[in-house]
Amino acid sequence: MTINNIWVFAQGANGAATTGTLELLTKARSLSSKVTAFVGGDASGFAASLGEHGATKVYATGDLAGKLPGVALSAAMKVIIDGGDSPDVIMFPQNYEGRDTMARLSVKLNRTVLTNNIDLADSTDGVVATTPVFGGNILVATAFSGPGPHLVSFRPKSFVAESASGGAPEIVAVVVPDLGTQGGARVVATHAEQTTGPKLDEAAIVVSGGRGLGEAANYSLIEDLAKLLKGAPGASRAIVDAGWVPYSYQVGQTGKVVKPSVYIAAGISGATQHMVGMKGSKSIIAINKDKEAPIFGIADLGIVGDVHKVLPKLIEALKARS
Amino acid sequence: MNIIVCVKQIPDPASPGALDASTHALKREGKLILDESDAYGVEMALQLVATAGGGEVNIISMAPNGETSGMRTALAMGAAKGLLVSDPALAGSDALTTAKVLAASVTKLGGADLIITGTESSDGYTGTVPEQIAEVLGLPSVTFAKKVKIEGSVLKVDRQSESGYDEVECTLPAVISVTAGVVEPRYPSFKGIMDAKKKPLDVVTASDLAVTPTGWAAAGQKIVNVTQAEARKAGEVIEDDGEAFGKIVAFLENLKLI
Ligand SMILES: Cc1cc2nc3c(=O)[nH]c(=O)nc-3n(C[C@H](O)[C@H](O)[C@H](O)COP(=O)(O)OP(=O)(O)OC[C@H]3O[C@@H](n4cnc5c(N)ncnc54)[C@H](O)[C@@H]3O)c2cc1C
Ligand SMILES: Nc1ncnc2c1ncn2[C@@H]1O[C@H](COP(=O)(O)O)[C@@H](O)[C@H]1O
Repeated sequence: MTINNIWVFAQGANGAATTGTLELLTKARSLSSKVTAFVGGDASGFAASLGEHGATKVYATGDLAGKLPGVALSAAMKVIIDGGDSPDVIMFPQNYEGRDTMARLSVKLNRTVLTNNIDLADSTDGVVATTPVFGGNILVATAFSGPGPHLVSFRPKSFVAESASGGAPEIVAVVVPDLGTQGGARVVATHAEQTTGPKLDEAAIVVSGGRGLGEAANYSLIEDLAKLLKGAPGASRAIVDAGWVPYSYQVGQTGKVVKPSVYIAAGISGATQHMVGMKGSKSIIAINKDKEAPIFGIADLGIVGDVHKVLPKLIEALKARS
Repeated sequence: MNIIVCVKQIPDPASPGALDASTHALKREGKLILDESDAYGVEMALQLVATAGGGEVNIISMAPNGETSGMRTALAMGAAKGLLVSDPALAGSDALTTAKVLAASVTKLGGADLIITGTESSDGYTGTVPEQIAEVLGLPSVTFAKKVKIEGSVLKVDRQSESGYDEVECTLPAVISVTAGVVEPRYPSFKGIMDAKKKPLDVVTASDLAVTPTGWAAAGQKIVNVTQAEARKAGEVIEDDGEAFGKIVAFLENLKLI
C-alpha cells in the first residue's frame, strides 16, 4: 500500500499548535506529500505553523461551544470522508481528545483502531504500526488488513518535531453536523490548576516521587528538590490515585511521557506502566530501599536507601552550593 | 436507577505476561480476575444506585472459555446479575468487535440509565471501547470521569483534563468511563461471596446476540513482527552508607546540570 493522503488530528493550546501535533505532522510528511491537519476548534492562530510542519491543508471546525470533542469531531470527519476526501491514514495523538474521536470514528467507518504506537511505516506488509509492550521491552509491529482509512494513535514524543519551512496551508472551514441525542454532553465549566516552573513534559530534569514517600506531606521533598534543580516534579500513579498530587503530575502509560536529561525516581518501584513514560530519559537516577526493585534495572545510578534519609541530605547539599 | 457496568476479566497482573508464540497475542489462560480498573466502576455504580434509592447494578463481560470468576467478584461486591458473552469465535477480537458485543449485551439486558466502563483495561489498554460502545448504542458519553453525581435525569461529571478538570453535564441514558482511584472499591463480605454463587449469570454466544464474530481472521489487523527493544542497561547500584547523596551530586555535576 502507498499512503497518498494522510490526516493528522491537530490540537492547539494557548493559540499555538501543540508539540504533539507538530511531532505527528513531521512523521506524516515523511510518508505522504499530501498532509491535512484536522483541527477541532479555531485554527487561525496557528495554521501557519501547521503549514511549516508539512500540512498543505487545514480543516477547522471553529469553536465547539462546549460540545465534547470526541462526538463532535468524529461526526465532522465522517461528513468530509463521505464527501469524497477519504484519507488512507488518520494519525491521532494518544490523549483524551484523540482517543475519543478515533473511537467514535471507528464505529462510524467500521474500521479497527491501533493504539499506543510509537512508529508507523508504509511497507510491503501494508501500513504497519509499532507498539511497545511489557514496559517497552518488546515491540509489536501490526499491519492493517482491509481498506482504509486506517485509524492509528501515537504516544507523545514518538517523533521529533521539525519544521519543513512549508508555506501557508489552504484553510477549509468544516461544519459539525447535528449530533442528536449523542451530543447530549456539554462542558459547563473549566478548572485549570495553577502551575509554576517548567512543564513536566518539557523540563530538563524531572524528579518523581512514589508510594515509597510514605505519606502526602513528604511530597514536599520532591517539590523542594525539583525546584533546586530547576526541574519539574512528577509522580507515579499510586500517589495520584491516593490523592497526594493532581493527575497532571502523573508519569507513565496513562500520564505524561517525559524524556528529560535526568529523571530522578524516589520511592518508585518501576512498574511497566511507569517505565513506558520515562524510559526514554537520557539518564535515570533511582532511590529505593528495596535492591530488587525493577527500577534499578534501568537506572544509570541506583541508590539502595531510604528516601527520608537520602533526599533531605541531597537537598541540603544542593542548597549549600547555591 | 439501573446501571450496567462493563467488567473485563484478565489474567492476574501479578504473574508475568507473555505473548502466544503463534498468534503473538497476549496469553489469556488460567484463572481470570476482575480487572482493578473495573472494580472502580462497580463500586461507583453501587454507590449511585444506593443514593438514588432504587434500581440495580448489572454486569456484562466478554471472555473466552466461559470464565466467570472475575464476574463473581463483582456480584459479591453487590451487583445483581451478570451476562457473559463467551464464544471461541470471539478470540482475537479487536476493540471494535468487543464494543459491538458489549453494546449488544446492554441491549439484551434491556438497556440501562447509565453504562459504566473503566478508562482503560489493565491488559489491553486501548481505551477506545467506552466511546465505541456509546457510538454503537447512539448515546452521549463522558470519558475520564473522576466524580459523578446524578440529579434527576441529568448526569454531572467532573471530567479529568490535561490541566485540571471540566464540569460536564449530560442527559441520560449515557456511557461514562471512570478513572482509577475515583472511589475505594469495597471488599466483598463473606455473605456477599456466598450470595454471589447463587446470583443469576447468563452465558451467551455471539450469535445469540446477532453479532458476527470476526476473531483473528477479520480483526482488520495482523501482527507481522515481534522484536526485542534495545535494552537499557542497569548502571551502578550502591547501598546508602549515609553519603550516597554525594554520588547524586557528582552525577549531576558530571552532566553539567548543576
Ligand atoms: C492500565 C494501567 C495504567 C497505569 N498507568 C500508570 C501510569 O501512567 N503511571 C504509573 O506510575 N503507574 C501506572 N499504573 C500503575 C502501576 O502499575 C503501579 O501500580 C504504580 O506505578 C506503582 O507506583 P509506585 O512505584 O509509587 O508504588 P509501589 O509499586 O508500591 O512502589 C513503592 C516503592 O517504594 C519503595 N519504598 C518504600 N519505602 C521506601 C523508602 N522509605 N525509601 C525508599 N524507597 C521506599 C518500595 O521498595 C517500592 O519499590 C498503571 C496501571 C494500570 C493497570
Ligand atoms: N472483554 C471485555 N469485557 C467487558 N468489558 C470490557 C472488555 N473489554 C473492555 N471492556 C471495558 O472497556 C474498558 C476499556 O477497555 P479498553 O478499551 O480495552 O482499554 C474496560 O475498563 C472495561 O470496562
